[in-house]
Amino acid sequence: MAEPVIEVKNITLSFQPGTPPELAGVTFHVNEGEIVSLVGPSGCGKSTLLRLICGVLAPEKGTVKVYGKKAVPGCSGLGFVPQDPLLFPWRTVLANVRLPLEIKAGGQRDEEELNRQARELLQLVNLNGVENKYPHQLSGGMKQRAALARGLAADTRLLLLDEPFAALDTITRIQLHLELLRIQARTGNTVLFVTHDIFEAVFLSHRVVVMGENPGRILGEVSVDLAFPRNPKLMGTPEFSRLVGKVHDILEQGWGRE
Amino acid sequence: MARKRIRQLIRRNYEYFSLPLGLLLFLFLWKMAAGFYEPFLLPSPAEVWARFQEFQRQGLLLRHLSATFFESFSGFCLAAVTALPISYILARNPFLEKIFTPYIVGLQAVPIVALAPLLVIWFGFGVTSKVLIAALTAFFPILTNGVVGFRGTDRRFRELMVIMGAGRKTIFFKLELPSALPVLFGGLRMGMTLSVIGAVVGEFAGAGRGLGYLVNTARGVFDTPLLFVALLVLAILGISFYLLVSLVEYLTMPWKRKE
Repeated sequence: MAEPVIEVKNITLSFQPGTPPELAGVTFHVNEGEIVSLVGPSGCGKSTLLRLICGVLAPEKGTVKVYGKKAVPGCSGLGFVPQDPLLFPWRTVLANVRLPLEIKAGGQRDEEELNRQARELLQLVNLNGVENKYPHQLSGGMKQRAALARGLAADTRLLLLDEPFAALDTITRIQLHLELLRIQARTGNTVLFVTHDIFEAVFLSHRVVVMGENPGRILGEVSVDLAFPRNPKLMGTPEFSRLVGKVHDILEQGWGRE
Repeated sequence: MARKRIRQLIRRNYEYFSLPLGLLLFLFLWKMAAGFYEPFLLPSPAEVWARFQEFQRQGLLLRHLSATFFESFSGFCLAAVTALPISYILARNPFLEKIFTPYIVGLQAVPIVALAPLLVIWFGFGVTSKVLIAALTAFFPILTNGVVGFRGTDRRFRELMVIMGAGRKTIFFKLELPSALPVLFGGLRMGMTLSVIGAVVGEFAGAGRGLGYLVNTARGVFDTPLLFVALLVLAILGISFYLLVSLVEYLTMPWKRKE
């Protein structure tokens, strides 16, 4: 079998030495082309886990490997979509999407070529006619689309998303779910999606990894064997409810242990 | 009907009317007040205007204006060029900031008026001492705003840039500098107007040219209209500098427009 894209082994991490660990014995993996959701209550260390995978944090014990190598910041092919869109207020939408391309290109870069690539990405996320606007002129959903486009820039093969749609209304959120699935189907990217929404996790993923808190740990895993492309109507089916129930049961085990 | 329309016109465009209206009111009050006093105590606007034209014809105004302009502008540039890099270093090193903050506050607490004579003794009656005094006055607001501005970088943006693989130089030019700009300009605007004050203080302490020198000599011979000319020209110089910085601010921060 091929090597997993993300391999997290036995991670333990405390905020300060001597305090109870934030993450304890966390092990999981994500395979090539897979959409995996990390679901758990807020404060269980989901975002910390993402920062470990991005390489901006180092574990106390255990290993984090991305494409078979130790996780380091600036890993090529890795795209990140943060919780708040975090669009740079002094850059236009186009310039925000261009930023990862500029960084990758370094000193000698062809402005026109980068703009062309950024425009393509804006088209990919269905964000048209706003490339010269500033972030504060956009709606919440448009900002998240722009952040998604930026996450996909610089030849992204692995996309990490940290509760990207948590602040959006349900209708916009469902639109963006479909957008994300469509883009994934087109690009074949590997996706790791962090959320505290069980429905979102089941709807989007091949596999749901369930986390518990105090300390942050993996409680279990649910395989979602629903066919792609997925339709929002799926959420009304008994099969969907059964899977949501399964995730819920695993989460409940975590509450029992104090 | 017509009156209603005029009232509407004024209400909609009051920002265009307010400035000339205020100026007219000011001139009127000034003229009224001048009627009660001798010209050497309070000259009327007409007398000041006449003195201004006379002085202008002699070609003396430009001579003094250019001196003060040069001193304050170079002083400001010197202050900006030194204060901004230092503020960045202090903002990025809390340890250094802790060491130097007491001295910075202490230096700032010494009135520049008291320091000016010393600098004139050290650097002479020429331009150098004035430039230094102007720079010293402008230095601290630029420095303190710089520290606050550079320290205000959002950590989440920094982390995002690290994830994207950005190095220190890229982070500085693409994140730290633009995010600090609004606060930096606050300090620069203050420093620009303060540098004019610094230059005048320097000229008071000893000089042969400049608007501050002009104020001093006009006072000595009770040429009050000339003193008013110097004051008004100084005010215009200060306002022009302020507008200049505001213009640069407007040009460098397009995202702040139309807010």
